[in-house]
Amino acid sequence: MPEQKIVLQAEHLGINFGGLKAVDDFNLELCEGELVGLIGPNGAGKTTVFNMLTGVYEPTEGKEYLLGNCLNGKKVYQIVAAGIARTFQNIRLFREMTVLENVMAAFTKDIKYGMGRTLARSGGFWQEEESAYTRAIELLSLFGLQDKKAELATNLPYGQQRKLEIARALATDMKVLLLDEPAAGMNPTETAELLDCINLIRQKFHVSILLIEHDMSLVMKICERIIVLDYGCTIASGTPAEIAGNKRVIAAYLGEEDEEEGSVC
Amino acid sequence: MNPFILFIQQLVNGLRVGSIYALVALGYTMVYGIIRLINFAHGDFIMVGGYTLAFTVPLMVAAGMPAWLAVVAAIITCAITGVLVEKLAYSPVRRRGNRMSSLITAIAMSLLLENGAQVLFGANPRGVGTLFTLPNIGMFSGTTLLTIVLGALVMVALQLFVNKTKMGRGMRAVSEDKEAATLMGVHVNRTIAITFAVGSALAAVASLMYCAQYNQVTTTMGSMLGLKAFVAAVLGGIGVVPGAMLGGILIGVVESLSKAYIGTLTGGVITSAFSDAIVFAILIVVLLVKPAGILGSNAGEKV
Amino acid sequence: MMKLKKDSQKGTLLNFAGIAVLFAALLVFQQSSLATPYMRGILIQCCYVIIMVTSLNIPNGFMGQFSLGHVGFMAVGAYTSALVTKALVQAGVPYTGLPGYAMFLIAVLVGALMAGLFGLMVSVPALRLRGDYLAIITLGFGEIIRVIIQNIPIAGGKGLAEGQAGQPLIGIKNFSNMYAIVGLTIVCVALMYAFVRSKYGRAIKAIRDDEIASEAAGINTTYYKVLAFTVSAFFAGVAGAVFAHRGLGTLQTSDFTFVKSTEYVLMVVLGGMGSLTGSIISAVVLSILPEALRAFAQYRMLIYAFLLVLMMLFRPIGLCGTWEFSLLDTLRGIRGHKPKKPQAPAAVKREEVSEDA
Repeated sequence: MPEQKIVLQAEHLGINFGGLKAVDDFNLELCEGELVGLIGPNGAGKTTVFNMLTGVYEPTEGKEYLLGNCLNGKKVYQIVAAGIARTFQNIRLFREMTVLENVMAAFTKDIKYGMGRTLARSGGFWQEEESAYTRAIELLSLFGLQDKKAELATNLPYGQQRKLEIARALATDMKVLLLDEPAAGMNPTETAELLDCINLIRQKFHVSILLIEHDMSLVMKICERIIVLDYGCTIASGTPAEIAGNKRVIAAYLGEEDEEEGSVC
Repeated sequence: MNPFILFIQQLVNGLRVGSIYALVALGYTMVYGIIRLINFAHGDFIMVGGYTLAFTVPLMVAAGMPAWLAVVAAIITCAITGVLVEKLAYSPVRRRGNRMSSLITAIAMSLLLENGAQVLFGANPRGVGTLFTLPNIGMFSGTTLLTIVLGALVMVALQLFVNKTKMGRGMRAVSEDKEAATLMGVHVNRTIAITFAVGSALAAVASLMYCAQYNQVTTTMGSMLGLKAFVAAVLGGIGVVPGAMLGGILIGVVESLSKAYIGTLTGGVITSAFSDAIVFAILIVVLLVKPAGILGSNAGEKV
Repeated sequence: MMKLKKDSQKGTLLNFAGIAVLFAALLVFQQSSLATPYMRGILIQCCYVIIMVTSLNIPNGFMGQFSLGHVGFMAVGAYTSALVTKALVQAGVPYTGLPGYAMFLIAVLVGALMAGLFGLMVSVPALRLRGDYLAIITLGFGEIIRVIIQNIPIAGGKGLAEGQAGQPLIGIKNFSNMYAIVGLTIVCVALMYAFVRSKYGRAIKAIRDDEIASEAAGINTTYYKVLAFTVSAFFAGVAGAVFAHRGLGTLQTSDFTFVKSTEYVLMVVLGGMGSLTGSIISAVVLSILPEALRAFAQYRMLIYAFLLVLMMLFRPIGLCGTWEFSLLDTLRGIRGHKPKKPQAPAAVKREEVSEDA
């Protein structure tokens, strides 16, 4: 097997919220093209890990590397520019903008024309607008949304909103995609569609994906590896088969009778 | 005159003005605490109170009763105005729209009250009869001391109300977590209405103290006063009752001292006309350094 | 392929035709007996109000960041341009044969640049806040600017070296003419349209809708917020410069109080937050209406405030919402093609986030 390139690396990431250690010693080596799942009971700190990886929170400990570059302390939009994109647990779309505009907004960082060209409509302005438009339509077509391009994002049905959010993340031309509970609130049909979507994305874009999910069937089906968090600590890491049989994981989800006070690590 | 005496006079003056600001700031803070809205119209409730006084004081005097009893009429009028504004405008907009619509509605209400009063009463100042005839104690006028004492009493009463009574606890509960308060059996809409009523009543008392000093009312009397009281509320910590009191006193003292001393301190470079700008500068500094105010605490946005 | 450009070129051509018609109308107006100083004054008022309201729509409407101190920038533009005109007169420039409107435009440009600079200085600290707090801090800055102008010697009395603090600025020569003012207004509006129909417009609308998601989409929100604010302050400066040169020859700080700011905010809201067309309509209507209904002058603000409350209750997006008038679409519609308009939102959504401090 060829040597896997490590794309995203987290070393001993941790964050303290005024005395409460929300995440402790989180480690991750995400290889190119991999799909890793991040699971754990509610409140385990999964979204907090995402927030750290994307720059929403600055970790109080540890380091994060993307293709060898340290991302600690960078702002959110800088980390996006470096190549990490995410979706949110509660879908965050630009509600009063059209579907097309939602995707095109993500091209902002890549569009090079400045104020001068904008106001004079000269130089490369139209070329860049046209190419952005074309790329946006391509992306939307992938998700079957191109016919709704002039529709306001807020008027889309839930499943399509989720797809639009993923399309927007893809528009940032990222190397790593963080999906936060993409299947939340979906029925089995929609979840199956989402699965197809994710597979399609992996084929077409060769991205590495880190996925938070509660839907265990989805997780077991598509994740190559799974990391389990509980109370901020990593309690298990391995293949789906290993995780399924892991006693600690089961206990974390179902609870243990004689759990001690204090650290669970 | 002895500079020390002058200083004390200005300080006491500041306490007087500050007590008025504190009462108004309390109204702002209580409403903000409960519905997260800066009631831009709050300053204009003072104007409503003032005009009520202007009309009811002669009635009181004619009836042989002490002039200041007219404040009861002012309190009732202001409270009713506050509740009406909440029920007819703020509440429906809050249900339907977003924060910006509520903000705009508050501004619109302020314009409505000011211009409505202008249409009804004209733009010229209107005299209010003498409210108090009090002896001077030492070098301090009776009205000044009364204002400070009255202010302190009201603040203490409010603290007791908010902390010790059932309604007060309800108010605090709603400002912490509306849903949880509902589950605990708190009548949220009624609590909000009462908060407005109490806040507006405080504005009425503030108008009494204002009129005791200046003896006249205009349609715009509430606007600058309201703005500065708002700065006071932010300074002390918006949403925090003791913060409003602290902020009010501080702003009052700063304003008073800056009016008296700024000219001499800076050699005439900055004149006392700047005292308004100084208050706003304080606002800006607070908002940039610690937006939650002296006694306030921050709540972030969940991602 | 280049469909967007073709459409835009068609639209631009049509717009040019429309503007030519407007100018022809202006020419007719100027020659006619209608062109009394009074009517001219109203036209000029329409012009600077249009520029003010459209410029305010950029941060308030398109970007959703509430600024209540916009007249502060107008004041900076007004006073700076007035002082530039005075300086030009003192330097003897009118005798060099430079046409009047050129001197006017120089004054406008300097005034606007100064206003833009102030916009930059105010926005960097102020935009760290949001919602109510941003409104109040911009109000504070607006008032501070006004008080400073009121109390500096160069901006009072005869101005510059002979100035006295605290007096209205007098003796401002008016080198402009109607064509320059109207032309300037059209150019400003066109520039603002161009700004909004670009990556900048998309970025600021995204910021309005969800700032956190904007960051996650790679948008440097601080940069775009400050930029939008600065651009809008620049145009407010243009409006101020036009105001200063409206012919009365005087300027006083009482024209730039926060009450005036709220009036402009009112116009933005009524016209539609996110629609430049709406801003133009409300600017024109609310400038002409008070003159047409002189009898009801005292009720003017009362009625506006009432309208505003009604608008918030029943149509919070304002008269035009986010709809923009397009000559191209209108003509296509008349010819039977379907214009490409997004549907209006089903209802105004409540904000999901519970707290914004």
